[in-house]
Amino acid sequence: MSRPSSESTADRDASTVADDLLIPITADVDVVTARQRGRDLAAEAGFSSGDQTVIAAAISEIARNILMYAKRGEIALSVVANGDRQGVVVVARDQGPGIRDVPRAMQDGYSTSGGLGLGLPGARRLMDDFDVVSDAGKGTTVTMKKWRRMNA
Amino acid sequence: MEVPILKQGHYLIASIQSALTDADLSQLREALIERVGRFRARGVIVDVTALDVMDSFAVRTLRDIAHMARLRGAETVIVGIQPEVAFAMVQLGLTLKGVSTALDLEEGLAFLNVQTQLRIDRGPGRLDRG
Repeated sequence: MSRPSSESTADRDASTVADDLLIPITADVDVVTARQRGRDLAAEAGFSSGDQTVIAAAISEIARNILMYAKRGEIALSVVANGDRQGVVVVARDQGPGIRDVPRAMQDGYSTSGGLGLGLPGARRLMDDFDVVSDAGKGTTVTMKKWRRMNA
Repeated sequence: MEVPILKQGHYLIASIQSALTDADLSQLREALIERVGRFRARGVIVDVTALDVMDSFAVRTLRDIAHMARLRGAETVIVGIQPEVAFAMVQLGLTLKGVSTALDLEEGLAFLNVQTQLRIDRGPGRLDRG
């Protein structure tokens, strides 16, 4: 999970359908904005309302993590197409303290903030692809994707 | 946005109208717990029908409300969790364990009527609690 962010072959072939939507995360109201924008984007890309909710919930967890651990950061939203699949891509970046132990942070119930410890593992269960790159002292980037078959 | 809290008989009804920030949720928790005492409420209904997402903070706050209200002598029931929201909650690993839920406001009221009647049946001493 903490492997360098080497994009897979499939991702290189993917073409961006919608430009990045950048949402700065500096206050709790931004968490709401980010998940609403994510839901809207997923709706435009033809995702079911169930998937829209799942994407919004995952964004909410990841955006709150930025606030709790890094105080500030940003969330970039985009839509990519890959063959007959279309995907919503959520990238959450911060320049916070980083995650010391990524595999541990991916475990249910592990939290250094007094939260439920469901943020990262919960978001991973909600999304199809999930990747965390973190450097202690430099920050964390979480990249997650949800796919749907087009014309389905 | 502040959540309106209505008093109906022995019950308090908090009807969430729109997306809530973490601060809004915390404010709702404080307001409800204070009003349980002020209005000597026996039951609390939190209507989340309008919520299109429930993440870990929302669920934790609802759970805290239910447990705090119980310590103050009132039963809480969460009503109106939408099907997609329930699906995402389960995926996230959020279960609202130990918190009563009902399909909608009507079912929630019926549930509280049964719960509070049970308290009355157990004798007047129980009513003085909280």
